[in-house]
Amino acid sequence: MSKTLFDKVWDAHVVRRINNGPDVLFIDRHLVHEVTSPVAFLGLQNRKLNVLFPEKTFATADHNTPTQNQNLPIKDPLSAKQLHALKLNSKKHKISFWGLGHKKNGIVHVIGPENGITLPGATIVCGDSHTSTHGAFGAIAFGIGTSEVEMVLTTQCVLQTKPKKMRITINGKLNKYVTPKDVALYIISQISTSGATGHFVEYSGDVFKDMSMEGRMTVCNLSIEMGARGGMIAPDKKTIDYVKNREFTPKGDEFLKLSKYWSSLKTEKYATFDKEYIFDGYKIEPMITYGTNPGMGVSIGKGIPYSKDLNVNKETYLKSLNYMNYSEGDDLIGKKIDYVFLGSCTNGRIEDFRQFANFVKGKKKCPSVTAWLVPGSHNVHDMIIKEGIYDVLTSSGFEIREPGCSACLAMNEDKIPYGKYVVSTSNRNFEGRQGPGARTLLASPVVAAAAAITGKITDPRIF
Amino acid sequence: MSYDKFISLNSTAVPLPIENIDTDQIIPARFLKATERVGFGDNLFRDWRYDNNNKKKKNFVLNNKRFSGKILVAGKNFGSGSSREHAAWAIYDYGFRCVMSSFFADIFKNNCLNIGVLPLQVSPMFLEKTFKLVHEKPQTIINVNLKKQKVCIKDIELTENFEINEYKKNNMINGFDDIDYLLKMKDSIIEFSKNSLL
Ligand code: SF4
Repeated sequence: MSKTLFDKVWDAHVVRRINNGPDVLFIDRHLVHEVTSPVAFLGLQNRKLNVLFPEKTFATADHNTPTQNQNLPIKDPLSAKQLHALKLNSKKHKISFWGLGHKKNGIVHVIGPENGITLPGATIVCGDSHTSTHGAFGAIAFGIGTSEVEMVLTTQCVLQTKPKKMRITINGKLNKYVTPKDVALYIISQISTSGATGHFVEYSGDVFKDMSMEGRMTVCNLSIEMGARGGMIAPDKKTIDYVKNREFTPKGDEFLKLSKYWSSLKTEKYATFDKEYIFDGYKIEPMITYGTNPGMGVSIGKGIPYSKDLNVNKETYLKSLNYMNYSEGDDLIGKKIDYVFLGSCTNGRIEDFRQFANFVKGKKKCPSVTAWLVPGSHNVHDMIIKEGIYDVLTSSGFEIREPGCSACLAMNEDKIPYGKYVVSTSNRNFEGRQGPGARTLLASPVVAAAAAITGKITDPRIF
Repeated sequence: MSYDKFISLNSTAVPLPIENIDTDQIIPARFLKATERVGFGDNLFRDWRYDNNNKKKKNFVLNNKRFSGKILVAGKNFGSGSSREHAAWAIYDYGFRCVMSSFFADIFKNNCLNIGVLPLQVSPMFLEKTFKLVHEKPQTIINVNLKKQKVCIKDIELTENFEINEYKKNNMINGFDDIDYLLKMKDSIIEFSKNSLL
């Protein structure tokens, strides 16, 4: 039978198939962070077990870390304790640990690819749903719960039922100011936040072929927001060039051998999918969300849809608009905003900072807007300086913070105040996600830049 | 961590007829700082249960004395968003052993099964009827039989079969977890790893 890209990678990692049960899947790379790991390490301690393959396990601190004065002691004692626990656990189990202050520290899904930990054809897990990001390299990457983190630490395997397969094809070219983030928000608005539940998605077509690796990561990152287990894109020359010579990427002959294998990781012509969607790249416009799940997104000029025109539960829909203090039929353009957040594992990579900086160059930040610009890693931060982006941003009135998850989930001090509106390049607009009572509008770095300049929701194409 | 066996359950239920409830609502991120699995039930649905000044919100169902029980009945697409197992822990710690909905997010479903909470997927019709009945008559008993994969509300003679993976079902009935299984096949895993490319 013809195989899909997903089949090829999955089947190569099945240690055992359990009758009427899940597959035992071998994991090549296990990424660990401070929030979802302590109870798993405690489990190891209780069972008196060790980490089976410490060299396949990589730990970083990101969710709880401050984005200012990282050199000072952490104020919140609970955060400090959690970060300390990860440090101790990593040391005890001889796992590589890039904690706060380490020059390679950053958001787990940003540093994996940067350092060649993320490779094509690999299976990658992390106790974090946005692990789907790494699928951009043609890896099978998905988020797991803490019980599963414990499983992978002790046995390097997880039990998983093979998901169904979905292909999303987008051909054509993207219009000006339409970014990978808009592509993903567009897909979610079309198929809903549960449209891909139970499936693993393969993205194919010109739009993804033309996309940079950073852009592919943004799209795969958001697979989870359509309900998918993960998303992936077949490796091509761009992928192989990207991973080449990175710290953990195999070198020399081994690299050549692997590259050849990676190039074979493509969906065969007659392979079939359980579900297929085809969209037209030209039809996608800059997007923004107006509600409390990532499926509540529209082209920025369109305004808030009426529930009667959507296939939604009216009560849930109105509850969501009520939280946002918006009404059906409202125009979005021109609505006042208070904060702008550029960052997260969705849009905290160098390309996102380039897009933001290109847009604000020569313009000034609106004085009423508080802008938090948070690079995904120290490496991104260094590139921002090296490429002169830092100067562009500071002359436009922006400051850059130190790396971490920051306001994406507001576990550190970076909380959007109660009732305030934030145009955010992150991935979730759930109630209270960015701070209790915070109101999130998800958008691309370009739409965020336009809002930072005007203080209102603004179509970037009018400039 | 092994957990209590789950064979069958007879209980009243708490209705929460909202769709797309994400794990940030079930347990907000600021309560994820613990390094041990204790006390998460206190913060279950924190921002829906308490207002900005930590006062109980009267109109939220968990603060309504009419409703109690070991079954949480929720609108479709329950548990979307973050992979935090803390969400399942909070539900368990609060005292629920079963969540009924017409649709669950994948990771949340796995997390529940891994700690011994049954994610019970019923048809939209069954869910609608349950909401209506529980709302009108909070003392309604729902019977969940995992062995027979049947859920039944005797008062209105409503019965439905539900799906669950055979392997997971046996685990729940016996209180086994996946690590027990995986540890038994450690040698084959090490053997397998010798041929892995990375
Ligand atoms: S940036 Fe946000 S979504 Fe990404 S890993 Fe951090 S908290 Fe999770």
